[in-house]
Parts: sequence; C-alpha cells; structure tokens
Amino acid sequence: MSKVLIVAEHLAGKLNAATAKCVTAAQALKPESIDIVVLAADPAGVAAEAAQIAGVARVLTVANAANADAIAQVLAPQIANLAAGYSHVFGPSTTFGKDLMPCVAALLGVAQVSDVMSVEGSHTFKRPIYAGNAIITVEAPTDHAVVATVRTASWPEAARGGSAAIEAASVDVALPTHTRYKGLAAGKSDRPDLQSARRVVSGGRGVGSAENFKIIYDFADKLGAGVGASRAAVDAGYVPNELQVGQTGKIIAPELYVAVGISGAIQHLTGIKDAGTIVAINKDGDAPIFEIADIGLVGDLFKILPELEAAL
Amino acid sequence: MKILVGYKRVVDFNVRIQVKPDGSGVVTDGVKLSANPFDEIALEEALRLRDKGIATEVVVATIAPADAQAHLRNGLAMGANRAIHVVTDQPIQSLTAARVFLKLIEKEQPDLVILGKQAIDDDASQTGQMLATLWGRPQATFASKLEVEGGKATVTREVDAGLETLEVDLPAVVSTDLRLNEPRFIKLPDIMKAKSKPMETIAFADLGVDAGDTLKTTHFAPPPKRSKGVMVKDAAELVAALKAKGLL
Ligand SMILES: Cc1cc2nc3c(=O)[nH]c(=O)nc-3n(C[C@H](O)[C@H](O)[C@H](O)COP(=O)(O)OP(=O)(O)OC[C@H]3O[C@@H](n4cnc5c(N)ncnc54)[C@H](O)[C@@H]3O)c2cc1C
Ligand SMILES: Nc1ncnc2c1ncn2[C@@H]1O[C@H](COP(=O)(O)O)[C@@H](O)[C@H]1O
Repeated sequence: MSKVLIVAEHLAGKLNAATAKCVTAAQALKPESIDIVVLAADPAGVAAEAAQIAGVARVLTVANAANADAIAQVLAPQIANLAAGYSHVFGPSTTFGKDLMPCVAALLGVAQVSDVMSVEGSHTFKRPIYAGNAIITVEAPTDHAVVATVRTASWPEAARGGSAAIEAASVDVALPTHTRYKGLAAGKSDRPDLQSARRVVSGGRGVGSAENFKIIYDFADKLGAGVGASRAAVDAGYVPNELQVGQTGKIIAPELYVAVGISGAIQHLTGIKDAGTIVAINKDGDAPIFEIADIGLVGDLFKILPELEAAL
Repeated sequence: MKILVGYKRVVDFNVRIQVKPDGSGVVTDGVKLSANPFDEIALEEALRLRDKGIATEVVVATIAPADAQAHLRNGLAMGANRAIHVVTDQPIQSLTAARVFLKLIEKEQPDLVILGKQAIDDDASQTGQMLATLWGRPQATFASKLEVEGGKATVTREVDAGLETLEVDLPAVVSTDLRLNEPRFIKLPDIMKAKSKPMETIAFADLGVDAGDTLKTTHFAPPPKRSKGVMVKDAAELVAALKAKGLL
C-alpha cells in the first residue's frame, strides 16, 4: 500500500491551492495514508489550513527560520530526511515544485516523474512531452520512493472539511547558507489568481500596448475573471511576466478562457488545452486559435469588447 | 572565470510533433533538429559575461549520439571556446544527464554552470536542480536576469508570484528562462572559424556514470482532441452562446 508525503506550497502565510490538487492526485493512488509537510519559519497557520483538506491523515510541520523563504537547496534535504517510510513524495508542478522536487529526487537518487496528468497504477503515470503534443505513459522503478510533480491543471482541488492531526517533525540535517533570498517583486492585484480562477481573459500582441490592456482588465473585472497574456504581450512589456500563459508560463484549466488578440501558437495552446470552454476573439479568421476554440468570433477586439461589456 | 553551458539538441520548436500510430514513439525521422531554445539563451548569457570581461572561457557540452558534432559546431560558431561531446546512442534522462554534468564539472572546475530551464523535448525541467544538489552548490532556476560580481551571482527568477531575487555564492548552477536575453545569430565567417576550435569527445561508458534509475516509457499517445467549435457573428451571439452553455 502507498504512503504519500505532499510538500505544501505556501506564500505569505497562505496555503497555495496547488497543495489540495496534489491531494487529489495522491488519492488516485488509493493510498493507505496521505500526509502533508509544511516547512516554514512559523508553520502554524498554513498547517491549520492544510489540516482541513479532506483525506489528509497528518500534517507535519518543520519550523525553522531558514525556511522563511522557499529556497530549494535549503528545503530539499529536510524533505529527503522525512521521506523515509513514504512510497511517494509529491509536490505541485508550479515554479515552487519544479524548483524543489528534482532536488529531493536527486538526494534520494531517484528519477522524477514531472507533470503527472493521471495515475494509472502505483508506479505508472501519464505525463505530457513536446509541449503537450504527446502524452506518454511512464513506469517508475518499484524498489524505492516515487518523486513526482503534479500537473495542477489536470486535477481539481480536494474538498475541505477534514481535520488532520498536526505534528511537529524534527529533522536533523545540516542546511546550506550559500543562497540568500533578496525579495519578491509581485504585481498587486485584487483579481482572481490566474492559476485557480474559474474564468480567465487573456490578451495578446493584438492588444497593442500597455495602455490598451485596460480594455482586457475592464472586461475581466466585468466577468469576475483572472487576467492572463501571451508571451508576445509580456515580451512587449504590456503586462508583467507572471501573467504569461503557456508552455513556459502557467498551465491553467479555467471553466471559461477568453483569448483576445492571440494568434494561438502551439506554445500558448499548451497552457489552455484543459480549459472547459475556449472563446477566441481575433480579427484574422485564419488564426490557429480558431482551430481549438469552442466559440470563435472574428473581428476587431476594440469594437467587440465594449459591445460584450455592454451586453453583460 | 570559466562557464560550462548545457547545449542539448532537440526537435526544432516549430515542428509539429506526430505520434506514431502504434504508440511506440514520436516521428523523428527527417525532422529538423536544433539547439534547445533555452540552451541557446544559456550560451548567449555566457558569451555576454565573456564579452564583459567577467568570464574568460565558455565551454559547451552535449550528451548525444555521434552525429551531433554539427550541432556542437553551431555552439562554437556562436562563440563558445570549446565543446565537449559525451557520446551515447541512448536517450539520456535528467538524473543521468546531471550525473554526467557532475563528471564534467570535476574535470573542468567551472565557476558557473548555465543550463536551460527545460529541454523542450522531454519538458522535464530537472537537470539543473539535480546537478546543483549532487554538486552541493546553489541553484537559481528560471533566470530572467543574471549579474556576476565578486564571487557571487545575483539572479532574478521568473516565479508564479512574480520576480524573485536570489544571491548565490559561486560556483553555482543557473537555469535560463526565455526573457534572459535574445541569442545572437551565427554569421558565416564564424562557421568557418568554428571548424578549428577544439572539440573533445568522451564515450559515455568511459565516464563511469551510474545510468540506473530511469523511467520506462511504455506508450506514446496523441493528446485528446477538442471537439470542433462554432463561429458566432457578433457580440450578442457570443453572449447567447455562453448563456446556452451555462457560463454566464
Ligand atoms: C520555447 C518557446 C516557448 C514559448 N512559450 C510560450 C508561452 O508559454 N506562452 C505563449 O503565449 N507563447 C509562448 N511562446 C511564443 C509563441 O510561439 C508565440 O510567439 C506567441 O504566443 C505569440 O503571441 P500572440 O498570439 O500574442 O502574438 P501574435 O502571434 O503576433 O498574434 C497576435 C494576434 O492578434 C490579432 N490581432 C491584432 N490586432 C487585433 C485586433 N485589433 N483585434 C483582434 N485581433 C487582433 C492578430 O490577428 C494575431 O492573430 C514560446 C515560444 C518558444 C520558442
Ligand atoms: N543530453 C543533454 N545534453 C546537453 N544538455 C542537456 C542534456 N540533457 C539536459 N541538458 C541540460 O539540462 C537542461 C534541462 O533539461 P531537462 O531537465 O531535461 O528539462 C537543458 O536545457 C540542458 O541545458
């Protein structure tokens, strides 16, 4: 029987929704137990949140001032130390998990399964390669723990309503001091978080400028949607990098995705294939985005978006 | 200062990948191969550090079959001083690649190793992190800005929440994100010059790397197809279509 350890992702004292998605993926293993580990300077608040995820047996906390910021080379030895006794160690396929989990795998001397889309057996998983243009089935060796990242767009969040036991864990490992955290520049936004929003409106190069992006923000606010962008829009400086959707940005799965002035390059489509309904607004009727859109509208975004806002 | 750069050969990013009907792999016969885009960025960044006088030598390394020499010549033509070709016919997964790079580090003693944040064939995004771990040195992944001074690197990283800054002691491993730089184009005279630059070949078997613990791929499938959508003619029809789907 499987025993799963999930590494909690958190920022500024809040648990990231990706953690509850990892729990859903872990449940697909039909495991004996699922534990979550919270590494932080002061893990109490995050641990209390994690304990409410249904299906979690225990929340382990590792309090250490060195864990104040998520530095992979600091966190990894602690997780590897706790991994004994677990058959699976999961983390989310966010930048946090992508940075950290391969370090855990290397310490345990095991290959990592990146971006788990589905669980086919205790050691068999499906994952995307070539920007999602092929899905492979991989088997991990059965003689030691599986380290994996969970593709968050493939899994819903596990429900709340649990009451896991919270236990302080002690780890006795030397931590490196070669890496210093200097800060995070984050765009402040009251809009829904791109990775968990039910609706997302994205703008591309067609929007034309940073000033013009207001039309995207206004429309998104009317819908109560998160805002995303193509790489071209980020590169052109219309919006900050954390808004990028796609192969090298965020992979998202909202119920509704509205692509505005985005051509539909394969690297962008990779990020939105799991969306429930894709709407495309583009003035070029031959744009590839229309090949995967559920609802397409050919026309000038500067004319259509105000009309849509008025009709809502 | 010496910089070691990972320079993987992959299927070109413009190729539309086809899965073989029998699920045994993807079609690679006759398909265009190029340097991994993130690795071109890695090489460009190393060359810029050399242009600024911070680095003195840039070494590109690849782990690939014997026919990858032309690929390495491109790296030399772009400006690398030397190339190392670890020759193997087997596809190499990230953990094994990291173990190979560790051997190269022991031999070359670089002050900085720059890899791509991911290889766009396997999309694993693991090698740099695994290498830093095995080496016991700092990592700064997904870099969009890199400054090297006085035995330290200050790295801006593209993370989900925004832009994070780390300061790491050297030697360290940095992995590149797309916005770090725009790689230079190779000029014809440089291709000629590259022919006389040193290229060392090492048989994978001679490195004594443990190639155990790999994932076994049992099946390849095309991604699920989305069903064909509808076109609407104006904003009013779009709103009606969204209402019909219960989305508004
Ligand atoms: C390794 C790699 C990774 C990449 N990763 C990503 C990624 O993660 N995400 C990503 O998005 N891209 C990524 N790209 C880039 C990708 O290939 C495309 O270049 C990019 O997605 C194009 O952005 P765009 O659609 O906004 O721009 P364009 O392709 O220039 O399209 C703009 C569109 O706007 C339309 N338009 C213009 N004006 C109007 C108007 N007034 N009204 C309506 N429509 C209008 C045009 O018809 C056009 O279709 C990556 C590329 C590489 C090589
Ligand atoms: N076979 C290889 N040859 C050269 N570099 C490699 C190889 N495999 C991985 N790398 C480096 O490691 C990075 C990340 O690869 P991956 O972990 O496979 O996504 C790549 O961008 C390269 O810089």
